[in-house]
Amino acid sequence: MNPLPQRTTPLAQRFRRLPWNAAILAPLAALILLFVVSSFASEYFLNTRNLSNVLRQVSYTGIIAIGMTFVIIAGGIDLSVGSMVALVGVAVLYVLNTITDPLQAVILAMLAAVVGGALLGLFNGLLVTRGRIAAFVVTLATMSIFRSLALYFTDAAEVTTRNPLFSEVGGGFVLGIPIPVWTFFLLAIVSHVLLFHTAFGRHVCAVGANAQVARYSGIRVERVVLSAFLIAGVCVGLSAIMLTSRLNSVSPSDAGYFYELDAIAAVVIGGTALSGGRGTVWGTVIGALILGIINNMLNLTGVSPYLQGLVKGAVILLAVLLQYKRTP
Amino acid sequence: MAEPLLRLEGVGKSFGPVTVLEDINLDIAQGEVLGILGENGAGKSTLLKIISGIYTPSAGRIHIGGSAFDALDPISARRLGVAMIPQEFNLVATLKVYENVFLGQELRRSSFLDHARMREQTRALLESLDVHLDPNQTIERLSVAQKQMVEVARVLVNDARIVILDEPTTVLTSHETAVLFRVVKALVDKGVTVLFISHKLREVKALCDRLLILRDGRQVEHCAVASMNEEDMARKMVGRELAQIFPDKPTDGAPRGTPALAVRGLCVEGVLHDIDFDVHRGEILGLAGLVGAGRTEIAETIMGLRRKSAGDLLIDGEPVTFKSPRDAHARGLAYLSEDRQGKGLQLSFNVMQNVTDLSLARYVRGLIRHGLERKRAEEYQSRLSIKAAHLAAPVGLLSGGNQQKVYFAKLLDIEPDILLLDEPTRGIDISAKQQIYRLIRELTAQGKAVVVISSELEEIIGLADRALVIRQGRVAATLEGDDINEERIMLYAAGAWEADTERRADNARSQGARP
Repeated sequence: MNPLPQRTTPLAQRFRRLPWNAAILAPLAALILLFVVSSFASEYFLNTRNLSNVLRQVSYTGIIAIGMTFVIIAGGIDLSVGSMVALVGVAVLYVLNTITDPLQAVILAMLAAVVGGALLGLFNGLLVTRGRIAAFVVTLATMSIFRSLALYFTDAAEVTTRNPLFSEVGGGFVLGIPIPVWTFFLLAIVSHVLLFHTAFGRHVCAVGANAQVARYSGIRVERVVLSAFLIAGVCVGLSAIMLTSRLNSVSPSDAGYFYELDAIAAVVIGGTALSGGRGTVWGTVIGALILGIINNMLNLTGVSPYLQGLVKGAVILLAVLLQYKRTP
Repeated sequence: MAEPLLRLEGVGKSFGPVTVLEDINLDIAQGEVLGILGENGAGKSTLLKIISGIYTPSAGRIHIGGSAFDALDPISARRLGVAMIPQEFNLVATLKVYENVFLGQELRRSSFLDHARMREQTRALLESLDVHLDPNQTIERLSVAQKQMVEVARVLVNDARIVILDEPTTVLTSHETAVLFRVVKALVDKGVTVLFISHKLREVKALCDRLLILRDGRQVEHCAVASMNEEDMARKMVGRELAQIFPDKPTDGAPRGTPALAVRGLCVEGVLHDIDFDVHRGEILGLAGLVGAGRTEIAETIMGLRRKSAGDLLIDGEPVTFKSPRDAHARGLAYLSEDRQGKGLQLSFNVMQNVTDLSLARYVRGLIRHGLERKRAEEYQSRLSIKAAHLAAPVGLLSGGNQQKVYFAKLLDIEPDILLLDEPTRGIDISAKQQIYRLIRELTAQGKAVVVISSELEEIIGLADRALVIRQGRVAATLEGDDINEERIMLYAAGAWEADTERRADNARSQGARP
């Protein structure tokens, strides 16, 4: 095929070609509305410190939700991410406390988190592809397994570190913005490019939309699914670094507890189809922000913490209801 | 003529400013078979939906059994005895035949299900249609033709008086079609009126008493079938002379030299036995046979989608092994599956994404070049005259013919040398068919080798330079020139060998009976 001469497209035309549709616009509109309402509801909401805190809170589950987006678009689900945070967190603390040189310890601990997350994701992926077990079942089992291992290795006790540098990773700021937030947004950009602008991303959608068609088109279906779980694992690793370094400790029973549900909720609110095949990263980012702001607003306005789950549940239902309305 | 059972009077339908059906007048008596002909988009489906109460007509009246209606709803239509057998069956795959037949109107004894009576009635019903099918069989284990029979039985349980068959033969082989025709005759004998929708003129000619031809939402003919021949029907349907549906075959003799693709002794455990054939550049090889004869399996094995147990593939004389379609694509092979929606296209993807599905690597320079994808899709859109409102709209929204063209574009975009086309015109209208036949001939004229698998005899006869007849996983015959005709193909496809042995057995018996 001869390469075609590149046309220069007018900006307005390019703008119209962007995937502007209800799937993106609805969550975005909801986010803006929520933001405006929140700034009126509480005088503290627009406080820089508060906003920075909300973003920090969002980034822990948001990073995981980005990984989850790949898994869900590929037609799977990963329930084990919360337990994985705990297990990877325990590994991070183990490395930190074993190596004496502080800088070396921090670098190796972060490496361990990413590699450990990747391996656990790979384990899930292999069971799904090679083992031919439904992703829901595999990750339901590994959710239990990972949490159990984290508890076993620590005797269910909180592990802390005295490493003087580690807290800088998750607690530090760059240009006034917390490092976890930077991580979250940079990861979102990289993931968006990966999903929308590379052949791999196209293949993830193809596999989730119709794996049979993908197979007939010569796409290596198993490899794509495996990669999606691997990405989810790496994201868990990154989140575990941020979380443990913020607290300088890890509690094997509490760390990452129910994160899988928050991550799935963010993906769903962001307009990604739970049946797979289509979705966006920045929908997920918006979904995570919506959940974070709702939490924050409920706290600021003094709503009973017991009712926060109710509001979160209602938002999820509303988001899904709107999605079904669009595709009758 | 007696009072017509169904009469339409000036029926029309518009959606907003768009008129899709205008001034339809028809009448049909009890026990008649009415053929409804028309290309895709002619308004057949709309008409059916009005009769079965799904759409409200915007003009006209409907008379059923003497009562007049301005509009029907699905429930009252069913109560009046109108039943539709859709192209996509509404059967529950995990339930048994009798459970499906009585689905939603189960027979009970006190408050429990009366399985025995439902089973018995199903058996009786199927027998009255001369269909041999076990009521206890699970639906998912039935063939398409058998599922259709279950739908027919289900309609009869409802005491249907008007049965609509929407393109019932699209998915059937010639043999299965013959069985269906027998069933339709049995229905007519029971006094049922049948509306038979089809693309296939010959079937309408053979089965129907009367005829309605639609074109662009208008009624262009409503008459007795006997008064028209197939050419007249085709002309009325298309509205122009169909000079010839099939392009001329080249006359410069059989191609020689090294075959583009040679298959030697191909076996798949229990499915294919010792398949041998060659395809040359510039040649169309037809693979004829009944559904289930193993033709699709041959193509899938060549593409690396199935594991072969023995045999070799040679491309331009060079032995090759394909572990997956990816390997096959890399060697210039492309396969068009018979299952366009299940294996061919990503229905939720747009035209551009589908066109570049196989060839995506060519569009990647670091990142995917979306502009180049669009450009390429636009080229195919004009070259294959694909009618799509938006290239960015999901392919699932396009008509069957346009989907098929997108599927062709997807294959062509890897610039294949050898194309394996499995039922290349399934479920698409005549003009799209004609375009695809032209395209296939153009491809061979460009020096590509093409294998066409088809259950439609006309297609094999009209298109193939040479034809193999496949039966039960074996090559039953190789036909060339004038030998590619209906009789020959059917003889081998249905088992000439068995016919021979039966005849011999008969002879032996009659000889033995002689004193």
